[in-house]
Amino acid sequence: MEMYRSHVMICRGTGCTSANSEQIAKNFEEEIKKHGLEKEVVVERTGCFGLCALGPIVIIYPEASFYSLVKPEDVEEIVKEHLVKGRVVKRLLYAESVEEDRIKSINEVDFYKKQVRVALRNCGIINPENIDEYIAFDGYKALAKVLTEMTPVQVIDTVKKSGLRGRGGAGFPTGMKWEFASKSHNEQKYVLCNADEGDPGAFMDRSVLEGDPHSVIEAMTIAGYAIGANQGYIYVRAEYPIAVKRLAIAISQAREYGLLGKGIMGTNFNFDLEVRLGAGAFVCGEETALIASIEGQRGMPRPRPPFPAVKGLFGKPTILNNVETYANICPIFLNGPEWFASMGTEKSKGTKVFALGGKINNTGLVEIPMGTTMREVIYEIGGGCPNGKKYKAAQTGGPSGGCIPASHLDVAIDYENLIALGSMMGSGGLIVMDEDNCMVDIARYFLDFTVDESCGKCTPCREGTKRMLEILERITEGKGEESDIEKLETLAKNIKNSALCGLGQTAPNPILSTLKYFRDEYEAHIRDKKCPAGVCQALLSYTVIDEKCKGCGICAKQCPVSCISGQPKTVYKINSDKCIKCGVCMTKCPFKAIEKK
Amino acid sequence: MNCCNGCHNQGYEKLNPVFEKYRNKPGSLISVLQEAQELYGYLSMELMDYIAENIGVKPAKVHGVATFYTQFRLKPVGKYLILLCQGTACHVNGADAVKEAITEELSIEEGETTSDNLFTLNNVACLGCCSLSPVMMINGETFGKLTPAKTKEILREFKARESKSAEVTA
Repeated sequence: MEMYRSHVMICRGTGCTSANSEQIAKNFEEEIKKHGLEKEVVVERTGCFGLCALGPIVIIYPEASFYSLVKPEDVEEIVKEHLVKGRVVKRLLYAESVEEDRIKSINEVDFYKKQVRVALRNCGIINPENIDEYIAFDGYKALAKVLTEMTPVQVIDTVKKSGLRGRGGAGFPTGMKWEFASKSHNEQKYVLCNADEGDPGAFMDRSVLEGDPHSVIEAMTIAGYAIGANQGYIYVRAEYPIAVKRLAIAISQAREYGLLGKGIMGTNFNFDLEVRLGAGAFVCGEETALIASIEGQRGMPRPRPPFPAVKGLFGKPTILNNVETYANICPIFLNGPEWFASMGTEKSKGTKVFALGGKINNTGLVEIPMGTTMREVIYEIGGGCPNGKKYKAAQTGGPSGGCIPASHLDVAIDYENLIALGSMMGSGGLIVMDEDNCMVDIARYFLDFTVDESCGKCTPCREGTKRMLEILERITEGKGEESDIEKLETLAKNIKNSALCGLGQTAPNPILSTLKYFRDEYEAHIRDKKCPAGVCQALLSYTVIDEKCKGCGICAKQCPVSCISGQPKTVYKINSDKCIKCGVCMTKCPFKAIEKK
Repeated sequence: MNCCNGCHNQGYEKLNPVFEKYRNKPGSLISVLQEAQELYGYLSMELMDYIAENIGVKPAKVHGVATFYTQFRLKPVGKYLILLCQGTACHVNGADAVKEAITEELSIEEGETTSDNLFTLNNVACLGCCSLSPVMMINGETFGKLTPAKTKEILREFKARESKSAEVTA
């Protein structure tokens, strides 16, 4: 391997890429060449660094200088100053990393300080398109250990001892799943990876696949050895083109190195992988639906038992784990199960990756030890809500989960605690909402999603979610009735108990949890026909604030239905009977003299 | 493409290597449909029947699978396919206003194509770039942190690019 004095790491995750990071990488290469530094400085395109809000991000090692919001035109200066003269360009550094007398490295800033990166260990550190870099960071060492020193039973015991639970959301113990499949006798078995990350608001699996695809490949091979399978499938969303491309590169490199295929590492163990592209169906996150989809069928779930460990893909014993679960496997073998079990709470071990999004300053990916409090994640790591707005709730678990209000921010994050709060871990989407978000609208949004994604096989989900959505729509349109809350609660209970799969059984959760913590908002919509957050259009009225109106008349000119009247230099009035609530007047008023309530 | 003489498979030759590639792979119907859509832009009835015949499954099954997944389009799409993200982060950050802006600028609703066949608007579940919300993707390129004004500006740029290339070819 070549040695370089400086490494320029440029994020090529989806976030930074769409903010033009490829151009930045090209500019770096060009400028470095111009200064004749090609032999001293290397440019690496890496996976996600996590702090997507400040992308594009460039980190220069060995100093670990953290440049944020870099523009292609900044590159010339960074090369000239930092790489040629050794002077860090303070102006372009992540503001928090600059202190009066010194510059903090990336690991010292608040966003990273509390994080422990296990699943994301290589993201942003290696070039995911180069297997040698993965190997240099202990890649395929766990596989070598497993294949040459351990029996399948020992492998399963190690995973069991670590306490690792499924990171897809439900939290089933991974080792037990492997054990079931290993005990099913069949010549043909399969190892599947669920990379059909469908939860709106979650993007950790995409980042792992984009930033460290080999860690998933290696872990699936270990799983194959453990249960006695020689074929695996990675079911990945077609909407993740970068991840798909990097997986394909990684698989072909692994085959070239003899790490996939026949006689892996000179042993008599065979294992190969194939990528299957999901075609866009949320229900395919459910294991039996995903299996149907790999078989080329409509992705509809079927009743269990038989569980996939007994009868799965093409009728053969199958295990299915989520991307993040696999990303945790290799470190368990390298550092020992005790190390893994030393992190976290009593029943939830290790770390969890969350995708922070919505009304939060530091949007991006964070990995924290289980047991960290919600408050630490949202305020210390996430930096709180932007523009000084008040935190209202955080939503976890996507359409299957619920909300965590301000009063429960000090709860330690683990599987059991989140369920006790009426939410769930889910795959790790964490969407923060502030005072401007209406909780009835959020419940309606999620139901709209489930109705759309319900496969239609079982009646409670197909019909029940639709009825709940109709009631919610009525409420947000100001036509809610006193009995609606009760109806919602009955429907929710029945659907939870009778739906066929996880999608239907958890579909009522967003309603139940918003009802639990924000019942007053529902009541305001139903009784007072008001939306306290000012979101539900039908319940809003636009009015002119007399003291602020200067009588310029811009609003009257812009109104598409001419419902604003008045004379220049006098206070204008909005006729709310004619108003279509388009909001144009409010956005056009130069004096912010129009409000909606 | 369908003429009365039964030569309805004309023009689908490009699919032959695809059939070959998946011939011995079990459960590859979805992969075949994905590649067919990539080649022809959408899945017409004729195309689906042709696939059914060639890979030996019933046309009803092909139609069933094609209608189940949101990725498959049964109608032609415009030159630029706008995928508007409906994820939670986008929703709380104002994806509705972006949708309004697209509708205003192009006069199309979700699932529709502009009369000049340039743009099609499709709503999609989360695109996974929540940190850039609200987001839309046009022909694979992601546009983030959208506002109604920025959305219109982007669409106008596409339009300008088109009229320019139209001038060049004229």
